[in-house]
Amino acid sequence: MAKSHELHRSDFVKSVVAVLGTIIGGFIAIPGIGYLISPSLKFEASEAWIPLGPLENYPDGTPTLFNFTRTKINGWEKTVNSYGVYVVNHGGNQVTVFSNMCTHLSCRVNWQEDGQIYHCPCHDGKFSPTGEVTGGPPPKPLNVYETKIEDGVLSIHFVEG
Amino acid sequence: MEKLYTWLDERLGLKTIYDVVLDRKVPKVNWFYTLGSASLFLFVIQAVTGIFLTVYYVPSPDHAYDSIQFIMNGVAFGWLIRGIHHWGATLMVLVVFFHMLRTFYFASYKYPRELTWLTGVLLLFLTLGMGFTGYLLPWNQRAYWATTVGTEIPGTVPIIGPWITSFLRGGPDLSAVTLARFFSLHIWWLPAGIVLLISVHMYLIIRLGISSLPKKDD
Repeated sequence: MAKSHELHRSDFVKSVVAVLGTIIGGFIAIPGIGYLISPSLKFEASEAWIPLGPLENYPDGTPTLFNFTRTKINGWEKTVNSYGVYVVNHGGNQVTVFSNMCTHLSCRVNWQEDGQIYHCPCHDGKFSPTGEVTGGPPPKPLNVYETKIEDGVLSIHFVEG
Repeated sequence: MEKLYTWLDERLGLKTIYDVVLDRKVPKVNWFYTLGSASLFLFVIQAVTGIFLTVYYVPSPDHAYDSIQFIMNGVAFGWLIRGIHHWGATLMVLVVFFHMLRTFYFASYKYPRELTWLTGVLLLFLTLGMGFTGYLLPWNQRAYWATTVGTEIPGTVPIIGPWITSFLRGGPDLSAVTLARFFSLHIWWLPAGIVLLISVHMYLIIRLGISSLPKKDD
């Protein structure tokens, strides 16, 4: 066999079966793999301007919590997620809106009036009134939302994903 | 490659398996004798596509219908995999039934193949059971009412009938409990039974060989 350059009929059949089998197998594998991985390939970047009501409703200087919900569809189920933001009205149409999500591990921070800090109960993270980290494990300052004021109504630009 | 094969063959007896299972002697028969292999092939197809469907399907009244809508519209090739499972199920019942007719008309059930026939009859019942339990799982109107009727029928059996109905339903009504037990039957109990009986069926076929065509004076 090794010395002969002629291709035996049985070897030819074997090669053809191997090649065709690989091609057919590939065609069967594509739907199978696609079926399994397709949900992981869908990135639904959702963004929206969320109205937080008239700016005049927010007291000057004091961080005030505003809660809202967003509905998201995961596969066959609707999930309603709650979000909270701290609105700080500086007066004169100047406003800062912080996310209440701790930058450490996404627990929710609380504004503490007496200590003048945002405090995270999970790992004792602390943020200053301007959102800077003043203690604990958080690696980054609190996230700040892009804001706009139209006809006296405050809105934030909510981006997810 | 050659060395690896020899190493494996020495330990696993690959050549023996090949000779006994695939290279066994068969009489000159006709195409109707391929219905058994076709049944086995369809069972494998149903098993594979079924396993794929369980990745997304949820056997609960709240989610069953919606999870199937997601398979059909939200997942790549979901329509294909469910379609194959759907049509494969119908085809399997037909092919298994024709396989039985072939065995009967060609008198293949006679000595020494009585047990092959008996396991085959059980396999036919299990296949019908798969069809019956699988029909409920889409949890649409047709599934719901078909199963209502289907579980009502054994209720006409004297004395124990009503109990059979509530045993099948897991209670007096068709409910979440029914869906869960039909799902369990469909993906565990019945397939386990089928695999077990196919093993016995195949062992007997390999041991006894397939029957030849009946002759005029048989």
